[in-house]
Amino acid sequence: MPDDASPGVPPDVADANADVDWRRVVDASTRWPVIAFVVSATAWLVIGSLLALIASFKFQFPDWWTHQAWLTFGRVRPAHLNTMIYGWISMAGVGVSAWLWARLLKTRLQGRWMLLLSAALWNLGVLVGTIGILAGYSRAIEWVEMPYVAFAFIVPAMLLVVASFIQTLWQRHARHLYISVWYLGAAILWGPLLVIAILLPIYSGIPEATANWWYAHNILGLWITPPGLAAAYYFIPKVIGRPVHSYHLSYLGFWTLALFYNWAGVHHLVGGPVPQWVATVSIVFSAMMIIPVIVVAVNHHLTVVGHFEKLKYSPTLRFVVFGAMSYTAVSLQGSLQSFRYWQEVTHFTHYTIAHSHLGVYAFATMIAFGAIYYIMPRVTEWEWGSKRLVSLHFWTTGLGIGAYFTALTIGGVIQGFQMLNPDVAFLDIVDDTKPWLIVRSVSGTLMTIGHLVFAYLLVQIVLKRGERPEGPTYFHPVPEGTFAHVGGDGSRSVRTPSADQDG
Amino acid sequence: MTRIALIFLGAFAAIAMSFTALALLPRMQLSTIEPTPGTTDYTYDEQLGREVYLREGCIYCHSQQVRPEGFGADIRRGWGGRGSRPGDYVFDETHQLGTMRTGPDLHDIASRQPSRDWHLAHLYQPRSVSPGSVMPAYPYLFEVKKKSNVMASEVTVPLSPEYAPPGDSVVVATEEALALYDYLMTLELEPLNDGGAQDAAN
Ligand code: HEC
Repeated sequence: MPDDASPGVPPDVADANADVDWRRVVDASTRWPVIAFVVSATAWLVIGSLLALIASFKFQFPDWWTHQAWLTFGRVRPAHLNTMIYGWISMAGVGVSAWLWARLLKTRLQGRWMLLLSAALWNLGVLVGTIGILAGYSRAIEWVEMPYVAFAFIVPAMLLVVASFIQTLWQRHARHLYISVWYLGAAILWGPLLVIAILLPIYSGIPEATANWWYAHNILGLWITPPGLAAAYYFIPKVIGRPVHSYHLSYLGFWTLALFYNWAGVHHLVGGPVPQWVATVSIVFSAMMIIPVIVVAVNHHLTVVGHFEKLKYSPTLRFVVFGAMSYTAVSLQGSLQSFRYWQEVTHFTHYTIAHSHLGVYAFATMIAFGAIYYIMPRVTEWEWGSKRLVSLHFWTTGLGIGAYFTALTIGGVIQGFQMLNPDVAFLDIVDDTKPWLIVRSVSGTLMTIGHLVFAYLLVQIVLKRGERPEGPTYFHPVPEGTFAHVGGDGSRSVRTPSADQDG
Repeated sequence: MTRIALIFLGAFAAIAMSFTALALLPRMQLSTIEPTPGTTDYTYDEQLGREVYLREGCIYCHSQQVRPEGFGADIRRGWGGRGSRPGDYVFDETHQLGTMRTGPDLHDIASRQPSRDWHLAHLYQPRSVSPGSVMPAYPYLFEVKKKSNVMASEVTVPLSPEYAPPGDSVVVATEEALALYDYLMTLELEPLNDGGAQDAAN
């Protein structure tokens, strides 16, 4: 079995020169589910961005739109979080995962009607939930604000995804399970379990707080992170054209993540009125998260090393590598944050907001963009409308999140030290955060522009608008042979148009 | 097949363990906890006010947890005379510990600011009492009325001329604004005479 002989290679790379056609067949089988999830996700991305802008600009104009209860900061802000988490990144994650799942198992996606139904239920759930929050029915539990009825749609939607994935797994043709399959398989188990666990009506008081942060942190680590890593593990070797540096490291990375991550969340309550052992446990495991992070970082770095010039051309690679590097950064930062001293300074400040955006945006969202740039041409058999706009999307979002993170990190640290000094009046602290919050509004605007560009490109490719562009979309003309490892005879990009290379 | 079973079982075991430890164990450990002195169940009005607090998302700017001396400057800032204890929260169906302090911690607000006039003016227009504040105004928790239409049972909000409505109109608190005030007045940390022993231990 060539697959098992070279386990660091995504199975559909292993036999790159064998049959091309199975890939087209498999990709085609994912077409409507992928389009449904990716397009819905992007709609939520745009809505979530507008909500974010309203919330952010309220710090510059606190008396703007105060008569409309549904636009008050305390409602718009959770509405933003929920549309982004349950709408954008969850649905984008499922869309990308569905495609990867079929590809990596070399099998047509099974239960497609279930996925389509799932997308419909999912959208309804997020819609009902968002309207519920804005209308004043928030549950006021961070990361689970949407009223129960929203989850009455979302939980079945998740279970439908599980059913379709298991059915596909059952019928797989690939013998070897590439590491991305591990991450995706674990995530579709973890996601529904997490949501069901937090909906149990058994919590109140302090135990509710520990359960809350166990959940919120794990939605990030066990539901949003694994598809991001799965995509990084797939696309980086794929686009570069060499196997993952070490397959053993990738196993180690998986198991350490699975074992450590889910204990870390309660570090949000360090110093709070929780039993001491709870805080200690989560500090210990947050610190241990250094292991999976370093492992993944080293592995990806050693895969890319020597091929950095390819970032110049490939949109997918550029977004995905940006995301993978952010994963390292956000995770190391998370480990650091759990130390008592640093927690004492940064907890309760804008620093935390910067941190969470480094995770959900700079890591997960950027990887999702990169993956979508690769996947969409294959499921639509069309090309991206404009490399200029792809480039604009990259720079607005890349610079936007960079400025956002920098401003809130610095502003948050200043805020934290000031709060530790009782001689600084509270209103002075409030005043000193204002310039940083202006930067947030500006960078948020930049990112929103990027999202609108992306949405426009997506509509174009789904509707197959305009001239059918020639070959794959690259930022610059590609020198002969750069991506020759796939589609060596060049015929593939004719038969299956693509963003990067081969079918 | 065995490999797949291993992945699923391992993934399941990992999450089941942490769920048991972090979500279920604290629940068992704290199930017999006594409310701290001064902590009582909410009255109807206080509960209504609490629901307004939840609904309007005060949590995104205000925490309700005073950290003990030795961890942060909460006590030296005057946010409470002692650190918060699990027993302070036994009647909280939806915890509001919070993770953000764009505004001050509110777990002991009743001790430091008991004035109803102040709170109502602040909710109607924070900048009328705290210049430079970024807290949202909540005009929809109030009504603007002609002075002559105000009933004796209604509570008018004293406002500086700059923020008062023009002419002979006044601002009157709705039932929700008054209930929110009532709820805020339940947020009080009574001193305990155990020498802070539990602050260190909890
Ligand atoms: C956008 C953030 C924000 C939101 C949302 C918010 N506040 Fe505030 N709040 C502040 C800031 C900043 C201050 C400090 C300046 C001031 O006194 O207005 C403050 C101060 C306060 C104070 C006075 C605290 C003290 O120590 O004097 C109270 C009471 C208060 N807020 C209650 C509430 C209630 C109740 C809600 C929800 C209905 C709420 N706040 C929503 C930002 C916010």
